[in-house]
Amino acid sequence: MRLRAFLICGGALALAACSATTGTAKETKSASSSVSGERADTGVPFPSTYERYPGVPTALVGATIFDGKGGRIENGTVLFTDGEVVGVGDASLPIPAGYTSIDGTGKFVTPGIIDIHSHLGDYPSPSVPAHGDGNEATAPTTPDVWTEHSVWPQDPGFSRALANGGITSLQILPGSANLMGGRAVTLKNVYSRTVQGMKFPGAPYGFKMACGENPKRVYGNRGRKPSTRMGNFAVNRQTWLDAQAYDGKKRDLGKETLKGVLDGEILVHNHCYRADEMALVMDMAKEMGYKVSAFHHAVEAYKIGDLLKANGVCSAIWADWYGFKMESYDGIPENAGLLQQEGACVVIHSDSDKEIQRLNQEAAKALAAGRRMGIEISDATAIGWITLNAAKAMGIDDMTGSLENGKMADVVLWNGNPLSVYSRPEKVWIDGALMYDALDRKRRPVSDFELGQPGEGDVK
Amino acid sequence: MKRVLSLAVSAFALAAVPAAAQDVVITNATVATGDGSEPIQNASVVVRGGRVVAAGAGVEAPAGMPVIDGTGTWVTPGMFAAATTLGLWDVGAVGSSNDQAAGGSAFSAALDVTRALNPSSQHIAINRAGGVTRASIFSRPSSTIFGGQGAIVDLGADPDMVVKPRAFQMVALGEFGARIAGSSRTATYAELDNAFREARNYAAGRWDGDDAQLTSADAKALGAVLSGEQSLYLAVERASDIRNALKLKTQYSRLKLVLVGASEGWLVANEIAAAGVPVIADPIDNLPESFEELAATQSNVGRMVKAGVKVAIGGLTNGIEQPRNAPQFAGNFVALGKIPGAAGLSWGQALATITSAPAEIAGFGGRFGVLAPGAAGDVVIWDGDPLELSSAPVRVFIDGVEQPRDNHQTRLRERYRNLDESKLPKAYDW
Repeated sequence: MRLRAFLICGGALALAACSATTGTAKETKSASSSVSGERADTGVPFPSTYERYPGVPTALVGATIFDGKGGRIENGTVLFTDGEVVGVGDASLPIPAGYTSIDGTGKFVTPGIIDIHSHLGDYPSPSVPAHGDGNEATAPTTPDVWTEHSVWPQDPGFSRALANGGITSLQILPGSANLMGGRAVTLKNVYSRTVQGMKFPGAPYGFKMACGENPKRVYGNRGRKPSTRMGNFAVNRQTWLDAQAYDGKKRDLGKETLKGVLDGEILVHNHCYRADEMALVMDMAKEMGYKVSAFHHAVEAYKIGDLLKANGVCSAIWADWYGFKMESYDGIPENAGLLQQEGACVVIHSDSDKEIQRLNQEAAKALAAGRRMGIEISDATAIGWITLNAAKAMGIDDMTGSLENGKMADVVLWNGNPLSVYSRPEKVWIDGALMYDALDRKRRPVSDFELGQPGEGDVK
Repeated sequence: MKRVLSLAVSAFALAAVPAAAQDVVITNATVATGDGSEPIQNASVVVRGGRVVAAGAGVEAPAGMPVIDGTGTWVTPGMFAAATTLGLWDVGAVGSSNDQAAGGSAFSAALDVTRALNPSSQHIAINRAGGVTRASIFSRPSSTIFGGQGAIVDLGADPDMVVKPRAFQMVALGEFGARIAGSSRTATYAELDNAFREARNYAAGRWDGDDAQLTSADAKALGAVLSGEQSLYLAVERASDIRNALKLKTQYSRLKLVLVGASEGWLVANEIAAAGVPVIADPIDNLPESFEELAATQSNVGRMVKAGVKVAIGGLTNGIEQPRNAPQFAGNFVALGKIPGAAGLSWGQALATITSAPAEIAGFGGRFGVLAPGAAGDVVIWDGDPLELSSAPVRVFIDGVEQPRDNHQTRLRERYRNLDESKLPKAYDW
């Protein structure tokens, strides 16, 4: 138990569950763009150097498949080779020669799990002040910062997310101290000596924004604007207006990012809890000419499922967090179910180095709560909340998020139904390379930090 | 697949005033008694006069007693939430509503949660609906390493919440304690030893206020710790800190120690077991979040249990890590058992970590957290395997009194079941 966390406002609670403000706290965590398809030769800064690791042509046979887009196949077959899915079907799907066949009888296969909201790397373990790199809490708008410059690729949390959560892709966001926190980055969950070696090739940048309590508290406490919700909107709107006037003649990092948002190249991820505030943000986005890709946390999304659907905005939510701050008071476990009932886009996110290890379980709880109130939702739909829907909101759904021919072979083999508490990932492939195997102690990454420490290489 | 239940009662059928205990027998259910044993099929539970009379297979339904047909359901004792803060806060970050810590107080060990508790708290109602019926409530150390005196409570929908006041003292050791005491573990132990010395003197009638660090109230309060009347909960993580915590018993022989946290407990599990000290463990610590938790692993609990340590899951204290999610964490221990190299728990052992074990640590073994003759009638009927994510309580009894399961969240759910405002605003929908 972390009595400590409450004192120092660490972890996801920082700006969330604590009212104290500290410069080093992980404030509620709550970033932008280059063109997609970045390569070292295109002139894009900090280009991805990630390349898939070697794999073998693999056939997963006999498992129940959740394909991520709402489909379910009993006794199914998944084929992948050269990093790509090349076949998804039932038992009649022929297995080409030269494939390594894995018996999935009684097991389940899903696409790699995707967390749209993580702070692994920018608030890494150990959670010490020297590692508090997620909030450039020195001005209410910092569109010029890029969270990839804060990500420590040795965070032990990446391995836990892989082994326990089956996480293959994740978006790392700046925190939510600021109205505009900076660029978010999408990573492959593969350890690397450099953050460039983790960057998801071709993923668009995200842009982190935050409404509500955090920015007004952080800056209001310093006697600065914004100190109120109306101040939040005023600062945001003026910042957008100034960005619209940017002509690019003299480089300005912040305005380049904002322009990327206005041009639709950078996807907005907006930390926002309350329904009324989300409605105002959507109107601001219309006024200024951008789109919100997803509201994050969004504990009151269920009150405006119709509006969210009409605006095509996803809600990236927890299953059941509530009550830790005033704007989270109306959180209910049926949030996801009610949104699904309205036909709005649901994503289950973590915002936590612990919950990222159990996104499947969180989806299962949200699913159960929806069903209990009579909303019919299939297991396969709920798997979509942590795979394809997340990929859509992150702009990577043409590459990953579902098991379809031509997509990245980001695949999890579970030892049981992933919506059961009794199930765990048995094997995880990223781009067709086996990166975790519960049955092979050495096929489990150990970060630099953990070498020679008690428990090195232990199951974690 | 779960069958649709006919036994769920409308929340509104239950008055919000305390009802009388009902004599009842639940039949044809899968019964898990909470004592570590595996679930029993086609079993019954008999509750009379607010207490469990019998539980198990082959139990005869007493003639004339109202029967609940539990076909398709599971029955467990109510969950016991160890080391939580229910009833001490409304909104975590709203300081005026939050009585979890008294950082501005001149007092510390003397602080007593009893009169701060609010039985009408939404979090009590929400967790009660989730099957939590009893809890140990602590006061968080803030101004000194001594947090104050915690209480054992029930979560019943009535004004009388406290089962046992001043049941234990919470003390912060490790990094957290060091930060409070003066930025070093050296200061923690100087503070602890001095406090115990002053408490001893107070108890012996030799207290000297001029020379004292503690207030007389704090010195008096710690007397109950030194005499063993009150348990001493030590929040501690690192293996070396745990060893030092265990050594306190050689210095102060009557201490009744309980370790809280203990994420590196597995490294010293044999010593903890030999000392006969129970542990309230964080169920989900598996990251080196601090330098005192480098060896944290989900297998911590399983390894300690294997070594013979009595372990409860606890420290679920807010709307993020909620007591009502304890079954999920217990279920994860069962899941771990399938992972090579990991130490999990059997299903029965896992349930015990959230029922009988925390009750025993609280001093209520056989009374709470078990379905056994003489135990309180704290009974939860579930619509499926209680540790499974798809399951939920359908009826909750405390002391044989059926409890309401409605709360702020269920009301919001019903109001927003649809978004139709064509006739009137949502505010009229209640």
